Amino acid sequence: MSAVIDTHDHSHDEHHGPAKGFTRWLLTTNHKDIGSMYLIFSFAMFLLGGSMAMVIRAELFQPGLQIVEPAFFNQMTTMHGLIMVFGAVMPAFVGLANWMIPMMVGAPDMALPRMNNWSFWLLPAAFLILVSTLFMEGGGPNFGWTFYAPLSTTYGPPSTTFFIFAIHIMGISSIMGAINVIATIMNLRAPGMTLMKMPLFVWTWLITAFLLIAVMPVLAGVVTMMLMDINFGTSFFDAAGGGDPVLFQHVFWFFGHPEVYIMILPAFGAVSEIIPAFSRKPLFGYASMVYAVAAIALLSFVVWAHHMFTVGLPIAGQLFFMYCTMLIAVPTGVKVFNWVATMFRGALSFEAPMLFAVAFIILFTIGGFSGLMLAIAPADFQYHDTYFVVAHFHYVLVPGAIFGIFASAYFWLPKWTGTMYDETLAKTHFWMSFIGMNLAFFPMHFLGLAGMPRRIPDYALQFADFNMISSVGAFMFGATQLLFLYIVVKCIRGGGEKAPAKPWDGAEGLEWTLPSPAPYHTFATPPEVK
Amino acid sequence: MRVQLSRAGSLMAGLFLVPQSALAAWELNMTPGVTDVSKDIYSLHMIIFWICVAIGVVVFGVMFWSIIAHRKSKGYKPANFHEHTWVEVLWTVIPFGILVAMAVPATGTLLDIYDTKDADIDIQVTGYQWKWQYSYLDKEFSFFSNLATSKEEIYNRLDKNENYLLEVDNPLVIPVDTKVRFMITSKDVIHSWWVPDLGVKKDAIPGFINESWARVEEPGIYRGQCTELCGKDHGFMPVVVKAVPKDEYEEWAAKKVAAAEKERRLTSKDWSLEELMERGEGVYNTACASCHQADGSGAPPAFPALKDSTVATENMDQHLDIVVNGVSGTAMQAFGEQLSEVDLAAVITYERNAWGNDTGEKVTPKQILDYKNAQ
Ligand code: HEC
Ligand SMILES: [Cu+2]
Repeated sequence: MSAVIDTHDHSHDEHHGPAKGFTRWLLTTNHKDIGSMYLIFSFAMFLLGGSMAMVIRAELFQPGLQIVEPAFFNQMTTMHGLIMVFGAVMPAFVGLANWMIPMMVGAPDMALPRMNNWSFWLLPAAFLILVSTLFMEGGGPNFGWTFYAPLSTTYGPPSTTFFIFAIHIMGISSIMGAINVIATIMNLRAPGMTLMKMPLFVWTWLITAFLLIAVMPVLAGVVTMMLMDINFGTSFFDAAGGGDPVLFQHVFWFFGHPEVYIMILPAFGAVSEIIPAFSRKPLFGYASMVYAVAAIALLSFVVWAHHMFTVGLPIAGQLFFMYCTMLIAVPTGVKVFNWVATMFRGALSFEAPMLFAVAFIILFTIGGFSGLMLAIAPADFQYHDTYFVVAHFHYVLVPGAIFGIFASAYFWLPKWTGTMYDETLAKTHFWMSFIGMNLAFFPMHFLGLAGMPRRIPDYALQFADFNMISSVGAFMFGATQLLFLYIVVKCIRGGGEKAPAKPWDGAEGLEWTLPSPAPYHTFATPPEVK
Repeated sequence: MRVQLSRAGSLMAGLFLVPQSALAAWELNMTPGVTDVSKDIYSLHMIIFWICVAIGVVVFGVMFWSIIAHRKSKGYKPANFHEHTWVEVLWTVIPFGILVAMAVPATGTLLDIYDTKDADIDIQVTGYQWKWQYSYLDKEFSFFSNLATSKEEIYNRLDKNENYLLEVDNPLVIPVDTKVRFMITSKDVIHSWWVPDLGVKKDAIPGFINESWARVEEPGIYRGQCTELCGKDHGFMPVVVKAVPKDEYEEWAAKKVAAAEKERRLTSKDWSLEELMERGEGVYNTACASCHQADGSGAPPAFPALKDSTVATENMDQHLDIVVNGVSGTAMQAFGEQLSEVDLAAVITYERNAWGNDTGEKVTPKQILDYKNAQ
């Protein structure tokens, strides 16, 4: 790095701008470039995973087998889940973290920029391997994104070893990303930015990063045990060899439950930035928001077996996990109440980020309600592995994680690109997504309660009507996302009003003290926080 | 109370899109079922549902009030409060109290579900890819239960019947007013045995036996499905339970016992080579000839010839293994569970002696039984 301090205009100084051509992206260590790559990659995966969902919904449009065979259908449900979780949602939040955390804490870049580059570039490699399994003999993973043994070991397709390798690479990428986030937040905060002055997005990401470091190795462990069972003759999960198939589920969900919070906590943080901005009123209960997130994160380690109420746990275990799971409703409730109290007696306006954020609160709360119902172990015997569960987790993931990402994207796009996005189109995007998503997922509650199991390619006749509505909603939601692509591309290419440094009058935070678009290097001299 | 709740529940849900008259076809809610347990589960479900509705009304009420009244476009000036200790304490404590109140009945029902003691009948339920086996442990007979819906219906070449995908060849038959204990396990991957009307869902896990129970009051046919992804045909392994009056059950069971007894006599009987050959020819022609041809010439390379094949003339162990366990990844299925010991012995003996294979070796049903038990 040159020693020139960037106080003057140096647009002619090649040394400080991005490199030209492809090497800019391949070799970059700039948090903004890496953030953009994460976001673009995540959106590409969102479209890929989404098109698989379209295949699923097309097959389920009517009873009977029309479009795909059951064996391929299972590969679609599996890949849809894996790609959305590991390819779309997680990288999107890492992209947001890359862009925003340094700007929010007043740091010049992420603490470990070279590792940052490496953790991004591992992802396309991992997904290339994962997606290529679809073209291998015997097909890709077909055992669900939860890949329960022994279906995924003794009975898995030959490509399973590649799947395991891909998971390992993704895990390494996530762990490195998490280390980077922690190092940045711990070491590079501007003078005066104490922990309890950090924006909530930074707080939630800090906690998320600890969750990632805690559980990604567990995921790596469980897939390694699978690898051994498949290729090296061990019997971790093979009852015939003295192993235990239920062990798989314990280890998987010890990772899997914190994982669902990994996908939602950063969205909590983003929404906690956006709601006050458009309510023109400070966030209600900042401290209790921080404690609530911490409580949720801690509790997430002791509830994993609520995914396993039907495996035949001993009654004491069953009760323990039921009580702990119900307990999570308390801090989650606190968060929702705080958001509503923030809006209460504010001066609200409803630009696209706010629309997505408000929809987030409403729909995530509905997902929370069904979660509370699922926590009741006896009732879970009827809900478990039905479409009720599918409805539940799509309500927390689509209007939860994904609406959180959309809200963030619209909120910060002016800062990233220097151009205001097209508000009318963005509102259209919102309403189409909102309607499509509810049409797709609300009827799934009814389907599940009426007895339709999940992960089936064909169903009994009484489920026909709601499935058709659900498919129509899904197609609508899917198609609408192309509009989002158009809005963002238009914005990047400068088609729209020029954005001021602070386009939202109620917004707070260091990022809004920077010009729009944010220069390639920011906060080379740390700002003073009072 | 319960009925009212359920009616109100479907009404609430019905506001979403559905005309009242169509409610029958548009099933919205969980079934209350036909056992005490399933009814308890149903009322837990409705209580927690209404708790959620109540909380939702309050929270969304305040929110929509703000959305409508506190708008910048109406010139509303924002307040500036951002904490309030008492409110924050209250909305932590009150939900906690509600949860405790909810946990009490839930715990009671759970204890009841786990009480599998003092059952009158034990039935072992075994999951296979992709069918169920029911073994009546007190009566010593068992049978398989397969999907009865035809491929024609599944592939839309025929109209679908009313019980499409929820019909089986041999339903599980249980007596009413009897505590039936299910011992649930699996022979391959994990399945899950679910009958909504009985309020029973338990995973079938290889190497484990899970227990569950039901006492059905009303005779009737209750349908469910496998609910744990178990491979390609996971969607095609329904569960059908037929609850019948006690005397009808005894009559049915007696017939099954007699049939099983006959089968056992055949197995233990001393079979001569000729008898086995004769029976084997029949089995071969119905179960094997479609691929391997009546004269054993097969249709290479897809279906190997058995005439002069080393498997059928020399290697006995491999022969047993292929027929009993199949060759995975090929059209050669595992016949071990589909044919009886007698038929397996007969068809293997036939293959080793027909078409000039002439090994003179015979395989007895007893040998097959030992072979299977050794696996
Ligand atoms: C749907 C077609 C089909 C049917 C029906 C069928 N088989 Fe086969 N069988 C095959 C195929 C294909 C193979 C070759 C498997 C392989 O690739 O190893 C085979 C292999 C065999 C072999 C090993 C032959 C060798 O030389 O390797 C034996 C023995 C055999 N079958 C016995 C039977 C018997 C007994 C039955 C009836 C109970 C039967 N098969 C029914 C398709 C069939
Ligand atoms: Cu199954």
